[in-house]
Amino acid sequence: MNIQAVKVIYKYEMLRTWHTLFQSIASPVLSTALYFIVFGSAIGSRIQSVDGVTYGLFIVPGLMMLSILTQSVSNASFGIFFPKFTGTVYEVMSAPISFFEILLGYVGAAATKSLIIGTIILITASFFVELRIDHPIWMAMFLILTCVSFSLLGFIIGLWANNFEKLQVVPLLIITPLVFLGGTFYSVSMLPPVWQTVTLFNPVLYLVSGFRWSFFEVSDVNVGISLGVILLFLGICSGIVWWMFKTGYRLKQ
Amino acid sequence: MTTIISIANLCKTYEGGHQALKQVNLDIQEGEILALLGPNGAGKTTMISVICGLVSPTSGTVTVGGFDIIENYRQTRSQIGLVPQELTLAAFDRVWDTLCFSRGLFGKRPDNAYLEQLLKDLSLWDKRNNELRTLSGGMRRRVLIAKALSHQPKILFLDEPTAGVDVELRKDMWRIVNRLRDSGVTIILTTHYIEEAEQIADRVGVINHGELLLVDDKVNLMQELGRKQLIIELKEPINNIPESMASYALELSDDGHELIFTYDTQGKNTGITALLQSMHAAGISMKDLNTTQSSLQDIFVNLVQAQR
Repeated sequence: MNIQAVKVIYKYEMLRTWHTLFQSIASPVLSTALYFIVFGSAIGSRIQSVDGVTYGLFIVPGLMMLSILTQSVSNASFGIFFPKFTGTVYEVMSAPISFFEILLGYVGAAATKSLIIGTIILITASFFVELRIDHPIWMAMFLILTCVSFSLLGFIIGLWANNFEKLQVVPLLIITPLVFLGGTFYSVSMLPPVWQTVTLFNPVLYLVSGFRWSFFEVSDVNVGISLGVILLFLGICSGIVWWMFKTGYRLKQ
Repeated sequence: MTTIISIANLCKTYEGGHQALKQVNLDIQEGEILALLGPNGAGKTTMISVICGLVSPTSGTVTVGGFDIIENYRQTRSQIGLVPQELTLAAFDRVWDTLCFSRGLFGKRPDNAYLEQLLKDLSLWDKRNNELRTLSGGMRRRVLIAKALSHQPKILFLDEPTAGVDVELRKDMWRIVNRLRDSGVTIILTTHYIEEAEQIADRVGVINHGELLLVDDKVNLMQELGRKQLIIELKEPINNIPESMASYALELSDDGHELIFTYDTQGKNTGITALLQSMHAAGISMKDLNTTQSSLQDIFVNLVQAQR
């Protein structure tokens, strides 16, 4: 195992966060605060509690998921896309390093960043609502699994994308709608029956639902199913990455 | 001398169908400087890329220090440093950081003293805190060399190291290469500047259309393949070559003052004695004699043209 290599890649990627501190950390915090002001305070004050939880508190897990999902994908995809774009990836590819170690460095760093962002949002939220976390261990587990699996997804997108447009398209046209329609700001039971069924095909619903359950024991689907879905998603992403590395997809000719 | 890199029946066909390498066989000796000569698109970079793990071979094997480049890639790659042809550097990284990164990638623990010396040797120490985008082209080239050497490799690949480099830096580069060779590093460089190969290499390989046309000791190569020319300066100019001498490969200079005789050093008889006797018989008297030997440039051009 080339520990030194994993360390330097991880450090390099984390350093990128500090160089772009405002973009990396301040912007999710700012947008979360805005969501709280608009949805939590302004609109939320006119909404009665959802499943026995005040609306402001109800949206906390969804908001965290919203930022974590988009940040994981964009950080991880950019992390590998950029060296590919500038050509500096030659160095990583010619180093005595296994694909697993490359992954550990890049995805590990992206997941860490998301974890930090999630924590910052949680802290920010505590200024607006009185937080309640019934199952902190489950909460942490969901959080970590989500950070890792969506960073993996981002890594796949970064490898696949061969121009800046493709890099932007997936987060913008797929991830964001899925998150918004996955019950981030509402309970699925609030939807008409047809849309409830449609929503069940949205994987993000299971993430948000499971995550919300760990906060208030309120969920749209059974927490076991939520866990199963996220593990399945992690498995699929790992499989794709494994295949990409095995065939040298977009990295090796 | 022991073989450090052994290439056997190496072929590479790219997805589009372009055959970049055709059955290349080559043994590279430890501690030597090998220059790979060839026109653009000859397959030089592909060959280096296969050895370094950037391109997968279609067939054939390559071993580095006895290890297979695919099965034992950790052992092979950790011995190699690569200076790529393009100035590929992350614009916002600092010189020192990028060096530490390179060293770590190759599994080496940080060694500030070594990196400091390396930067000083490459006249980069003053620039260690500069962002790479602020450096000139020549300085960036130096950074790429420093990165390739950051993990103390036994083998160094220099892909077109002097393309677009000014004279000063070129001289510096050869000083560095010589010093590295003295310390036992094996150096493989690709170039299409023949003078470069002529000046610095121990052996020269000529590659064209994916085929290794020949590999030989530079001195041998120039002796064996070298055609020589005998330039005979005449006392009195002549208008044309006398008929009695028409059978010789002779040329007359425009002003009629020089006869140029081209001969093969490998041939049994160079024909010089007979020529001089014929000249004497024809009553042409000489003022001076001079010989010139063809350069690698001529050898190279002849080889590449013969292949067409």
